Amino acid sequence: MKIEISEKSVRNEIARTVEWVSGQNLFACYQCGNCTAGCPVSFAMDLGPHQVIRYTLLGLVSEVLASNTPWICASCLQCTSRCPKGLDIARIMEALRTVVLRKKERLDHISIVDLTDDLIDRTPQIAFISGFRKFLS
Amino acid sequence: MGRVGVVFCLCERLGDSVDKKAEGIQETIEKEVDFNWLATHPGVCTKWGIDFLIKAVREQKLEGVVIACVAPKSVGPTLKKAIVRETNGTVLTRCIGLPVGNPEPSTQSETVETLKRSLDELRNEKSPQRAGPSIERAMVVGGGIAGMTAAIDLGNGGYETILVDRLPSIGGRMLQLSETFPTLDCAQCTLTPKTVETGQHPKIQLRTYCEVEKVEGKAGHFTVTLRRKAAYVDWEKCTGCGLCQEKCPQKTPSVFDRGVGLGKAIYTLSPQAVPNKPVINPETCRYLQEGKCRVCEKVCPVDAIDYEQKETFIREEVGAIVVATGFDLYPLSQIGEYGSGSIPDVVDGLAFERLLSASGPTTGEIRRPSDGRVPKEVVFIQCTASRDPDRYMPYCSRVCCMYTAKHAKLYKHKVPDGRAYVFYMDIRSTGKGYEEFIQQGMEEEGTCYLRGRVSRLFQDGEQIMVWGVDTLTAKRVEIAADMVVLATAIIPSEGAGILAQKLPGVETDVHGFFTEAHWKLYPVDTGTDGIYFAGCDQGAKDIADTVAQGSAAASKVQALFAQYRNETSPEAQGQR
Ligand SMILES: Cc1cc2nc3c(=O)[nH]c(=O)nc-3n(C[C@H](O)[C@H](O)[C@H](O)COP(=O)(O)OP(=O)(O)OC[C@H]3O[C@@H](n4cnc5c(N)ncnc54)[C@H](O)[C@@H]3O)c2cc1C
Ligand code: SF4
Ligand code: SF4
Repeated sequence: MKIEISEKSVRNEIARTVEWVSGQNLFACYQCGNCTAGCPVSFAMDLGPHQVIRYTLLGLVSEVLASNTPWICASCLQCTSRCPKGLDIARIMEALRTVVLRKKERLDHISIVDLTDDLIDRTPQIAFISGFRKFLS
Repeated sequence: MGRVGVVFCLCERLGDSVDKKAEGIQETIEKEVDFNWLATHPGVCTKWGIDFLIKAVREQKLEGVVIACVAPKSVGPTLKKAIVRETNGTVLTRCIGLPVGNPEPSTQSETVETLKRSLDELRNEKSPQRAGPSIERAMVVGGGIAGMTAAIDLGNGGYETILVDRLPSIGGRMLQLSETFPTLDCAQCTLTPKTVETGQHPKIQLRTYCEVEKVEGKAGHFTVTLRRKAAYVDWEKCTGCGLCQEKCPQKTPSVFDRGVGLGKAIYTLSPQAVPNKPVINPETCRYLQEGKCRVCEKVCPVDAIDYEQKETFIREEVGAIVVATGFDLYPLSQIGEYGSGSIPDVVDGLAFERLLSASGPTTGEIRRPSDGRVPKEVVFIQCTASRDPDRYMPYCSRVCCMYTAKHAKLYKHKVPDGRAYVFYMDIRSTGKGYEEFIQQGMEEEGTCYLRGRVSRLFQDGEQIMVWGVDTLTAKRVEIAADMVVLATAIIPSEGAGILAQKLPGVETDVHGFFTEAHWKLYPVDTGTDGIYFAGCDQGAKDIADTVAQGSAAASKVQALFAQYRNETSPEAQGQR
């Protein structure tokens, strides 16, 4: 696949929004991959956290918004704690989730009424809180 | 020459079969080689080894000795110096290499041949006595920052120094630069004090517009013949008023401005040129080409123009020579995939420096050579013709990562709404403060780095289509650029090879860079005593490293002068 790069793609609307919401500078990323290497759930992601940053920066918007990465992200802050450039990747993930949710493209993601009583009983409180914050806000 | 000896060093580096090999080779040597004394030692480079050598030389009354060991380049100079010191320079030394490990029989016979050759050379060499103290005067060839540094150090040391440059004035490539990494201070502000100091130094004599024709002699006593090219201007009369340059009607693309600006047929390299005297380019001058014009002659208030001037030859006697002939860039015309230099808005790094420079053809505004428009999307391609062993140069040119980051930054300062893209394979920023400089460019100036090479580019309407890749996303990348800057490979300056041939015992590598006597231990020494080098003629390097080598070469020269003086002083003679 080929991509055309220009000022417009590098300063695409999503990249600008993500930078604004997260307060992080995407240009600062080394692409060293430390975030992806340490992420406990990156095995299940279709793009590693470092790739999400790269794709966003180069304007590969549809790929980023369609990827499962921000949703698999457990907000555990492992990436944030290890990033050599001090980037808060977890915030970037959060920003991406916000972008998608605000586009109202993910309304069906989890519906509380669909959860079984058993699941509700077994799920720790904190998982409920962070999960709903992540998936429903 | 009287008696000569041979010493084999049998240290553990020779490999498992030391004894066997030594035996085998010893037999052959005893049969085939003509010598007076043969010995082996388990480590000649140690203190005991040196003591052994000196004792042997004395007891055996040797006048020459050949030492065979695995590291002749690093061990040789030390042994030689020790023997010279202990015998007052009366015993000649040669050091030859032994193969490491288990050599083929063929290398063994090669060793024997080398040994025979060295012994012959020793026997043929004239009296080891030095012809008195060195002439305490030095020549520096090449007036870039390396050569100027060496000349100033030598001058400050009290030695008369002749600084030769083939261009009309000194300064070298730095004269073409805008601002320099990693501090972004203005190149002129760093350079001008140095050129002025060089020009005014009571001990430094400038010989610009000169080339080396012939070099004879050896350390302490070189005779150099210089060819002074015809300037067509009498520099004795010329006051440097600049009227001729102002009035000259002939404008052609300027070599100094790398083709992105125009220059006159009568020119100086810059308004602050040292010396500030013009020359006429005979290839573009209307009068010298077509026989009509003579405007400069008419306007010159002191009658300095001399169309009949011929080249002249100058002989200089010096004790040592520093070669600092710098670099060129790999020619765009030979890079087919990037348009062979035929796309006007595809330029090299030095041309971009000229555009950035406040004293350049655009007074520092970034404008496309084709139409003068300010480019908004600029692509920089690192490693152009470098790190490409298959088609171009295999080595890393060392400064391009840094100057490309600098270019992208300076471009952004001048065109805030523009975007700079850099294609790179790796970023090599090993100097002090260099990595921080690169990171700052990415973070604060938003330089967009794309990891990969550009396979081709071509003119597409008003723009240049760049076909590259970003291997981080594994996607092919296309950029419609307004301008492309190629960070082309650093190569030795034209003619470096020819110069090397004129310097006895001085060698160049396959790429034409001067070869150091030892990769690590003798980085500014050539294979010949009394000839040293400094700067980019030895390999690509930044200004800081260049200056360090300039000073290193100057101190080598001063040490040589002092050594000769001490060895030939009456006290030293008396000690014998
Ligand atoms: C685009 C670009 C940007 C750069 N930017 C920076 C930077 O920002 N910071 C930094 O640290 N470094 C920078 N560099 C590197 C810097 O230019 C070199 O380190 C420095 O110029 C080397 O100096 P030198 O004296 O060895 O050679 P040169 O500057 O090339 O000087 C050699 C001199 O020798 C003369 N000469 C050549 N051959 C002969 C001959 N046969 N006989 C007589 N004279 C001869 C030449 O005319 C010239 O005056 C840059 C390089 C490039 C290409
Ligand atoms: S750890 Fe930080 S610098 Fe490294 S790839 Fe991840 S975000 Fe980029
Ligand atoms: S004679 Fe040559 S150098 Fe003099 S003004 Fe004419 S073109 Fe220029």
